[in-house]
Amino acid sequence: MALSNSSLQAMQTGQKPTTTDLQPTVFWRLAERIPGALHWRLTVVSILAPLLVWWGVTQTPWVDPRFLPSPMQVLQAMGRLWQEGFLLRDTLASGFRVVAGFFLAGVVATPIGIGMGAFASIRTLLEPLIGLLRYMPAAAFIPLLIIYFGLDEAPKIILIFLGTVFFNVLMIMDAVKFVPKELIEVTYTLGGNRWQVLLKVITPYIVPSILDTLRVNIATSWNLVVIAELIAANEGLGKRIQLAQRFFRTDEIFACLLILGLIGVVIDVGMRYFTRFTCRWAFSKSGG
Amino acid sequence: MHLETIELRKCFPTRRGRLLALDGVNLHIETGELVSIIGASGSGKTTLLRIIAGLEMPSSGQVMIDGRTVEGPGPDRGLVFQSYTLYPWLRVEENACFGLALQGMPRREQKRRAAAYLEVVGLRHCAHLYPHQLSGGMKQRLAIARALATEPKVLLMDEPFGALDAQTKETMHQFLLEVWERTGTTILLITHDVEEAVFLSQRVYVLESAPGRVKQEVEIDLPRHRDFSCKRSLNFLQQRENLLELLRAERAKVAA
Repeated sequence: MALSNSSLQAMQTGQKPTTTDLQPTVFWRLAERIPGALHWRLTVVSILAPLLVWWGVTQTPWVDPRFLPSPMQVLQAMGRLWQEGFLLRDTLASGFRVVAGFFLAGVVATPIGIGMGAFASIRTLLEPLIGLLRYMPAAAFIPLLIIYFGLDEAPKIILIFLGTVFFNVLMIMDAVKFVPKELIEVTYTLGGNRWQVLLKVITPYIVPSILDTLRVNIATSWNLVVIAELIAANEGLGKRIQLAQRFFRTDEIFACLLILGLIGVVIDVGMRYFTRFTCRWAFSKSGG
Repeated sequence: MHLETIELRKCFPTRRGRLLALDGVNLHIETGELVSIIGASGSGKTTLLRIIAGLEMPSSGQVMIDGRTVEGPGPDRGLVFQSYTLYPWLRVEENACFGLALQGMPRREQKRRAAAYLEVVGLRHCAHLYPHQLSGGMKQRLAIARALATEPKVLLMDEPFGALDAQTKETMHQFLLEVWERTGTTILLITHDVEEAVFLSQRVYVLESAPGRVKQEVEIDLPRHRDFSCKRSLNFLQQRENLLELLRAERAKVAA
């Protein structure tokens, strides 16, 4: 029997053999879960540590609070914006644009993506065009959109649509590739026709991937709405940030940034739970 | 029911020219028979089954069912793959109904038929579960029930028990024989497992490799009703040895 150095030393020094060499690291485990307690502690640290650093920096005399407000000042700014009614109004305005633009992009992208994934002909027809359009930064369309659609809601919604629709299409197209060929073939031998394979096999199979695609890409629309509002808007979180800059209210800028981040996280987590809830079958260890 | 293949040939284009996978395969299956096709890997047995299923077209020759040429896949030829190919988002009962739903059968009739075949495969009590909640053997039984529910003329099986462990496999052999006796379905089975072929079939086609063609047709001389005990009989062992010898000779030819 081979004994490791540390247990030999332990025996020589009369101590109990430790089990450290048998139970290797917990923190550095490769590709494995960590215990629940450690998970929660690390989560808390990941939030508290940056907050503490932020707070610490603002307490030093070298930082002008006009440039970097403390966490408390940001919180107060948030409360003020809420009381004045701006926070709710701006959040709703931005939220509406994101939902409208992104909903349109999802509704348009889903059938095109499925069609491109399922039919090599449609893929060949559309892939070069979409591949090119995807690399044109959506923000570069803003001047054109203003010329075409003015300064109302339409150009903002269309901007969000343009910025997300091509990514949606390509990601949904890729998801179709993962539908097992044998599942399609077995459907034919059960008497299914091509239309039924498309609607009753391919589409339900990729619903979880579609939801996941939408979740990833909604972050982009959240990005674009702020860009659109910075350029021209009457309200919205982007507009609020721009106004705050004009009056040198960095505390309000930080407050809006924080709100933007928090809403993003809520959307992400919400979509995750929605996908898990509606497509429970896709999250089991062994598939069909 | 009479299924036959007439001079089936299949070529695949490859980078090094054309590969002849099947060269003049003739075989026939009659109503109620359980026939196996065995062959080493590369003998084109899966290609053969896919052509019979209508999923691939032969380069020449044809597949005939009851005097009509097969031109594509259809519910008269049920198919069971080695991988379970169930619809993971549907419950067991909905999986069993799927073929019937595709054909537009009334809902109540679907349920009745599915229930009957789930009963045959012993999954009726699992009707409300999802595929991921089933074991490997249960999944394959469900795939068989789903194929049987459309009442095909012939059930085609491509190494259906290849992914199962030895114990489950043995249970499934017995199970398949029971289903075959109870439903009278004609079955064409592809396997590389000689013991499986002898135990299950009434006739076995041995394919030779590269290009695939029928090397020999062997009648299995065992009682129609079989159980595990017959695997120990001298008769069984001799027939198994006979088939193994044919495959061995085939391997020697390929290696030479």
